[in-house]
Amino acid sequence: MTTTTAGVLFALSLVAALVAVHKPFGDYLYRVVAGTRHARVERVVYRLVGVDPAAGQTWGVYARAVLAFSAVSILFLYAFQRVQNHLWLSLGFAPVVPHGAWNTAVSFVTNTNWQWYSGESTMGHLVQMAGLAVQNFVSAAVGIAVAVALVRGFARGRTGELGNFWVDLTRIALRVLLPVSVLGALVLMLGGVVQNLSAGTDVTTLTGAAQTITGGPVASQEVIKELGTNGGGFYNVNSAHPFENPTAWTNWLEIFLLLAIPFSLPRVFGRMVGQNRQGYAIAAVMAILAVASIALTNVFELAGHGTVPQAVGAALEGKEVRFGVSDSATFAAATTLTSTGAVNSFHDSYTALGGMMPLVNMMLGEVAPGGVGSGLYGMLVLAVITVFVAGLMVGRTPEYVGKKIGAREIKLASLFFLVTPALVLAGTAAAFATGNNSTALNAGPHGLSEVLYAVTSASNNNGSAFAGITVGTPWWNTALGLCMLLGRFLPIIFVLALAGSLARQVPTPATGGTLPTHRPLFVGMVVGVTVLLVALTFLPALALGPLAEGL
Amino acid sequence: MRLPTWLAQHLAALRALLVFTALLGLAYPLALVAAGRLPGLDARADGSLVTADGRTVGSALFGQAFTDADGDPVPRYFQSRPSAAGDGYDPTSTAASNLGPESVVDTLAADPAESTPSLLTQVCARSRAVGALNGVDGRRPYCTADGVGAVLGVFHRDGFTGPVTRVVSVNQTAPATPFVAAWQGVAVELARPGEDYVAAGAVIVPVRGDAPADPAVPADAVTAGGSGLDPHISPAYAELQVARVARERGADPAAVRRLVAEHTTGRVLGFLGEPGVNVLELNLALDRRLPAR
Repeated sequence: MTTTTAGVLFALSLVAALVAVHKPFGDYLYRVVAGTRHARVERVVYRLVGVDPAAGQTWGVYARAVLAFSAVSILFLYAFQRVQNHLWLSLGFAPVVPHGAWNTAVSFVTNTNWQWYSGESTMGHLVQMAGLAVQNFVSAAVGIAVAVALVRGFARGRTGELGNFWVDLTRIALRVLLPVSVLGALVLMLGGVVQNLSAGTDVTTLTGAAQTITGGPVASQEVIKELGTNGGGFYNVNSAHPFENPTAWTNWLEIFLLLAIPFSLPRVFGRMVGQNRQGYAIAAVMAILAVASIALTNVFELAGHGTVPQAVGAALEGKEVRFGVSDSATFAAATTLTSTGAVNSFHDSYTALGGMMPLVNMMLGEVAPGGVGSGLYGMLVLAVITVFVAGLMVGRTPEYVGKKIGAREIKLASLFFLVTPALVLAGTAAAFATGNNSTALNAGPHGLSEVLYAVTSASNNNGSAFAGITVGTPWWNTALGLCMLLGRFLPIIFVLALAGSLARQVPTPATGGTLPTHRPLFVGMVVGVTVLLVALTFLPALALGPLAEGL
Repeated sequence: MRLPTWLAQHLAALRALLVFTALLGLAYPLALVAAGRLPGLDARADGSLVTADGRTVGSALFGQAFTDADGDPVPRYFQSRPSAAGDGYDPTSTAASNLGPESVVDTLAADPAESTPSLLTQVCARSRAVGALNGVDGRRPYCTADGVGAVLGVFHRDGFTGPVTRVVSVNQTAPATPFVAAWQGVAVELARPGEDYVAAGAVIVPVRGDAPADPAVPADAVTAGGSGLDPHISPAYAELQVARVARERGADPAAVRRLVAEHTTGRVLGFLGEPGVNVLELNLALDRRLPAR
């Protein structure tokens, strides 16, 4: 079997698995967020937290709960890193420097998991498992909760209430993320992923050199890193590390895990608004963009253009033998189509156009299928913008799943869309204006790509790195921390405000003049609007970086 | 006493965080550490350690540098891929090179130790060395015969256009011979250490040369992996090394080839990943079954 055939089968098997799983898993997710019964352990949690699970929250209260929880998390995680040298299992590592601790605290709370540091030489085991990995769970749960709140805005009418944040958070963490993680971690351990508290085993190699076999609670963190589309590796090289991703089949499983929830959430949307076909339309938009992107990344990497890949005979620099070129390219596309940002190969050494694809995926706003929750709410905002554009063409008040899209709704949707491009372009310009682009490893167009990639990854809460660029400086850590913070919470506030505004409306019955939003025509329009918005925003920046290098 | 709403909310947030830290940050990972003690899972949870003659020599999942104290290959062992982790295969400092596809111009300093080779020159130098070690042709496209990137800095009269005024082989310094004598009628000079020809306005032109399109030294032998710990080499790179290893051990090449086959894993289920040879396990088997005479 040729490499290309095997690579195509690899991608097709992922598609087949997701098609098989999205319905039952989506139905399960729906029952979790829509159910009215509280499990006994959950009632204990509510009592310990001191909240009334029956109380409904308006969008303002829901948003303040999200922000309060995230603010407390950032402070806690910051303090945790600063005192790690006094704690159990610190492995003798010093406290993390203040700007680094700020960056990492924001990074993990915002589901970005950008890493300026090298895991194996910076973070003790306790900070990893009780600090960082906890945020892997709860930041993912926050994303799903916000998406569910937006869907409730569409599904409900004549109410100010969007549900209860504490209930959503607890149920998603304990009923969805935890059980899948336990199961997934055990399977990964069978594949060779380590799970211990060892500080490392010193060995003498066959030729007499010293090597330290590192340890750590890796499996428990690895599984939620993918499932929650977090992406923060236990080790510096993330999923390229043999202890995080030891075999070709664990590689498949990790890609599957990071796509599983984002592709199941449209089903939840369809169920909650009472029209499954609306969910399928959203899933179709996501799938079209995702398949196109995965295919293009594979084509560019397998073609191997560029001087060094031509000299080598394949684009193999920064890629592991057990994964090969194709499965690495598929991982790169999947990790940036979602907001994961884990890597199993190093995008900086990709061909110019192959390395542009992860960048374009992030610039799409990570909606195909996007991060857990953030992908669905991003895509629903794009659907709202699309019905607005369509409404302008035919001169009717736009509607989406029975809700009128008026001036307030479209303003909120536009603000949501504008946040990340503004951060990306202003951030990149600021790096160049202040001379901080000088920490890039490569020169010329590739150096611009490195800076653009870093700011795009942070602002879109992806966290994957083109790498190469040194970002452990005070300026970069502070600036990227701000990008991550604003790129996460401004859109969340706009989405929840939109949800509140939709929930108050009286549902409009569909008439003969209503644009059907479940037909191929609408699917095609959303794809078109998404691609067009991105092209108009980012083409000049791309032309100076990867396009200049690759053409 | 009733707390202000904002304070009550932050208090709830703190309590929620502590509850989740206990459940998801302590109970969950520690339960899995305990599960990792189960027979059948424990060896893997501990890092798939491998032993030889009763001592631990590494992990089956980590590659090693099979080199001597000077960093030169030990010819009786199969050699791993190049590694960017620390000084090579250092698990406490895992890394990839992160050099881009157009990293083709070396930074040359007067003291060679201060120079930084481009990715292209690293590839060319590795190809030449692997070729020499295994007695095959180490030439590659875009490489000079002396093992650096074949790259010219071409100066034009009007910047990017106009007649060529000066040509420098940017990766070659004295006493080398330029890999081409002349370019568009202009004699090619050697580079002088410390000069930045790109900043001076040279157009960078990599020259393909006449090396075979399918070089004898395989791709994985001249590139660093993603982790710096890649435990595998391609079956092609293993095959390239069979004759040398057999000669060094005074063994029958067919016997060495059989051991390679035993340690080659194909694609999982026929289509996942790529075939690879686990180098540490192969070398351990060699020491056991075909010890050097």
